[in-house]
Amino acid sequence: MTAPSAAPAPSRSSYRPHAVRRAVGARESWVFAALVALCVVMSLASPYFLTVRNLFNILQGMSTIGIMTIGMTMVLVAGGLDLSVGSILAVGAVLTARLMTYAGLNPWLAVVCGLLAGVAFGLVNGLLVTRVGIVPFIATLGTLSMGRGLAFLLAAGPAGTVASNVPMRDPGVTFLGAGYIGVVPMPVIIMVVLAVLAALFLGNTVLGRQIYAVGSNVKAARLSGIAVPRVQLFTYAVTGLLCALAGVISAGLLSTAATNLGQGVELDVIAAAVIGGTSLNGGEGTVHGALFGAAIIAVVRNAFVLLGLPLHFQTMIIGAVILLAVGVDRVRR
Amino acid sequence: MQSPSLVEVRGVEKRFGGVHALRGVDLDVRAGEIHALVGENGAGKSTIINILAGAVRRDTGTILLDGAPVDFHSPADSQAAGIAVIHQELSTLPTLSIAENIWAGRMPSRLGWVDQRSTFDRSASLLEEVGLDAAPWTRVSELATSQQQLVEIAKALSRRARLLIMDEPTASLTEHEVQRLLALVRRLRDGGVSVLYVSHRLAEVFAIADRISVMRDGCTVRTMDRADADPAGVVALMVGRALAARAAATPHALGAPVVELRGLSRHGAVHDVSFAVRRGEIVGMAGLVGAGRSETARLIFGADRADAGEMLIDGQPVALHSPRDALAAGIGMVPEDRKQLALFIDAPVRWNVSMARLPAISPGGIIRHGRERALAEDFVERLRVRTPDTLTPVRHLSGGNQQKTVLARWLAIRPRLLILDEPTHGVDVGAKAEIYALIRSLAAEGIGILLISSELPEVLDLSDRIVVMRGGRVAATLDRAAADERTVMMHATGTA
Ligand SMILES: Nc1ncnc2c1ncn2[C@@H]1O[C@H](COP(=O)(O)OP(=O)(O)OP(=O)(O)O)[C@@H](O)[C@H]1O
Ligand SMILES: [Mg+2]
Repeated sequence: MTAPSAAPAPSRSSYRPHAVRRAVGARESWVFAALVALCVVMSLASPYFLTVRNLFNILQGMSTIGIMTIGMTMVLVAGGLDLSVGSILAVGAVLTARLMTYAGLNPWLAVVCGLLAGVAFGLVNGLLVTRVGIVPFIATLGTLSMGRGLAFLLAAGPAGTVASNVPMRDPGVTFLGAGYIGVVPMPVIIMVVLAVLAALFLGNTVLGRQIYAVGSNVKAARLSGIAVPRVQLFTYAVTGLLCALAGVISAGLLSTAATNLGQGVELDVIAAAVIGGTSLNGGEGTVHGALFGAAIIAVVRNAFVLLGLPLHFQTMIIGAVILLAVGVDRVRR
Repeated sequence: MQSPSLVEVRGVEKRFGGVHALRGVDLDVRAGEIHALVGENGAGKSTIINILAGAVRRDTGTILLDGAPVDFHSPADSQAAGIAVIHQELSTLPTLSIAENIWAGRMPSRLGWVDQRSTFDRSASLLEEVGLDAAPWTRVSELATSQQQLVEIAKALSRRARLLIMDEPTASLTEHEVQRLLALVRRLRDGGVSVLYVSHRLAEVFAIADRISVMRDGCTVRTMDRADADPAGVVALMVGRALAARAAATPHALGAPVVELRGLSRHGAVHDVSFAVRRGEIVGMAGLVGAGRSETARLIFGADRADAGEMLIDGQPVALHSPRDALAAGIGMVPEDRKQLALFIDAPVRWNVSMARLPAISPGGIIRHGRERALAEDFVERLRVRTPDTLTPVRHLSGGNQQKTVLARWLAIRPRLLILDEPTHGVDVGAKAEIYALIRSLAAEGIGILLISSELPEVLDLSDRIVVMRGGRVAATLDRAAADERTVMMHATGTA
C-alpha cells in the first residue's frame, strides 16, 4: 500500500497542475506573467512602446546585463555571490582595447586576451572563496575595488598619460556591440545564444546539476562525492568570462572602452537574478528566470524614457520591484 | 477512574496540494498518560503533531484543550497553551551553545541582562536529567547527532509543559540513552505531564505507553490500552497487509578484506582503531552515543582526516582526502543526519537518488534523463518510497521516506564497501524488514558492509561480526555466535 502505484486514481490526476507548473518553473512563470502585464500596460500608455525598433532597443539595452546575469545566476545557484562583475567588465573592455589600439595586436587576438583576463579574474575570485576561505561577499568586494583600479591602470596611455578611456575602432570587433543582423542587434543575438547554451548546460549536464547541489546543501554535496571547490571555481570563472565578453560588447557599441564602464552594474545584475527567482541562499534559480528579471528592469527603464517620467523615480521603482518580487514569493510559500 | 482528556482531536483533515495527508484523525490524550502514536512512514503522524504544534493549519475538524475548542495560528500559540514539541527533524542551531539552544530567547534574566549563573545551573541540571555529558556552553556543532537530539529533549523539558509531544525522540539514541529517556518520561508522567509519543520501535512503545493509537493512511484506525494490545496485532493494524517473512541470511563465503584499518586515530574522537571488513561480510558497530562510531565511519569515507594510522583497500594502502576519493575507491556512506548531511531538501526525489551515481550513468558529463528516471523509479519501487512521483521535492516526503531516499542514493552506486550509519533511522517496521533483506543480498553479492546502528537488535541480527566501541577505542570484536545483547552492552559500558 505504500507503493506509489496503489495511489487512488483521483489524487493521481490532481497532480497534473503541479507537473505543468514544475515544467515551466513556478516562480519563472509568475515573473513572465508580470513582464507580459507590464508590456501590455506600456503598450496602452505609449504608442511607441510596441514598435519593432523600441522592442529591440530594450533588448539591446539589457543585453550586457543579461549576459552577466547568466553568470551571476550560476554563482548564486552554487551558493556564492560576485560583486566584482562590473570591474571584470571594465578590465575586459579596457585590456582588449589597449592591446588592439596601443599594442597593435591582432583585434581578435586582443579579444581573446580580454576574455582570458576575465576568466583569470573569475578564478581569483573563486580561489579566494574556495582556497583562502573568504566569504564571497568580502572576497568579491575586495576584487571589485582592485579590478576597477586595474582598469584605470590599463587605460594609461603609451607614454603613461592618464586617460579615462581607450578607443576601440576595429570594425569586426565593434560589430559585436554595434552591429545588426537584419533588424536584430548583435548583442541580443549573443545574449540569446548564450542563454540557451547556459540553460542547456544547467539542465542537462552533471556539472550543471552539481551547481544546484552545492548551493542547496554544501555538506551533503561533499558527502555525495562532488568536488565542491571545483564546482564553485567553475561558476566564478564562467562569470568572469561572460563579464569580460559583456565588456567587449559595451566597448564595441561605443567604439571606446571607458574606465568607468559597468560601474555599479552589479546591483542591476543581482537584482535581475533575484527578480527572476534566484535565491541568494543558493540552490534555486534558472537562466530564463534571470533574463525575465533583466527584461523587467529594462522595460521599467524604457517606460521612464517613453513616458517622460522624472528619472529620479526610476531607481526607486526598480528597488520596489525587487522587494515586490521577493516579497510575493515569500508570501506565496 | 478514567482521567479527563487534556487534548481531544476530532475529525481533523489536511491536504497538501493533491496529497490527502490526514483523512480523519481522532485522538484523545488524557491528563497524566503516555499515549503512543504508531503508524507506517507517511501515515500522517508528524502532520497531526505539526498541527498540534501550531506549525501547520488543519483544513477541517476540531481540537479541544481541556474541553474548549482551540485554534493555533502559530507555534507560539501552542506553546502558550502548554504544549512542547520535539520534532522529528533536529532544529538545533549549530553555531550557538547548548544553553542558548535550550533557552532560545527565554534565558533566565535579571533586569534585562541574562543571568549567566542561573542559565548555567539550570542548563546543567537539564542536561543531567537527559543524560548528556557536556558543558552547557559547548557549541552544538561539536555534538554528534544523537547528542543534539538530547539537547532538543532538554529544550522541550525546559518549557515545563502540560503536554509533551515527542516525534521519534529515540531514533538516533542507543539502548542506554533510550532507557534513561524512558525513565525520564515516566517520571514526567507521574508528575502529571501528558506525553504523546511517536516511535517506530515497538518494544519501546510497549515498555512505556499507557495507551496506543495506530494510524494508517491519514486515519486513526484504533486506540487501545496497552494491556489489550500485542505487537503483532499493532503491526497488522499499521500495515494492513502481511509482513514479508524475515529473509534468512544466505550463507555465503567471505572473501579477502575490502578495507582494513590499522591504528586509525583522530584527535579527540578516535584512538587506535583497527579492524577489517571482508568481501561479503556485514560488520556491525555498537557502542554508546559518543563512542566514536560515526567518527570512525567519517575517517574511512574521507570526510575527516586521520592524524595517525593507515587504511588499506584491497590490501593496498590508500590516502583518501575527500568523500570524492572514497567514492572513486568504491566506498559509499549513508551519513547519520539525513537533513544536514544528505538531503537536497527542495530538490526532487529523482535528483536526490541519482546524485552520487549520476557521473557514472552520464557519459561525457551529459545527463541521460531516461536513465536517471529509470534509476530513481527502480529504487523508489524497491524501497517503497511513498511519493506521488520522482519529481516531487523531497521536502514533501515524510521523515521515513526521506531516509529511504538517502539510502537509495548509496545503494545505487554499487560500491565495494558500503558504510551505513543509522540506515533505518525513522523507518517503519515493514520497510525495515525490506531494507534488511536488501542489505543481506548486497552482502551476498560480495559487498562489504559496515553497519552502525543504535538499535542493538538490528546490529545483532544482521552482523557477521560486531565491533564494540567505547570512548573512541575498539573495546571488543565479537563473532556473531559470541554476541548477545548483554555481552555487547557490557563492553560498550566498560563493565565487562
Ligand atoms: N509539506 C508537505 N507537502 C506535501 N505533502 C506532504 C507535506 N508534508 C507531509 N506530506 C505528506 O503527508 C503524508 C503524511 O506525512 P507525515 O510526515 O505526517 O508522515 P509520518 O507518519 O510522520 O511518517 P514517518 O514515520 O515517515 O515520519 C505523507 O504522504 C507526506 O508525503
Ligand atoms: Mg514523521
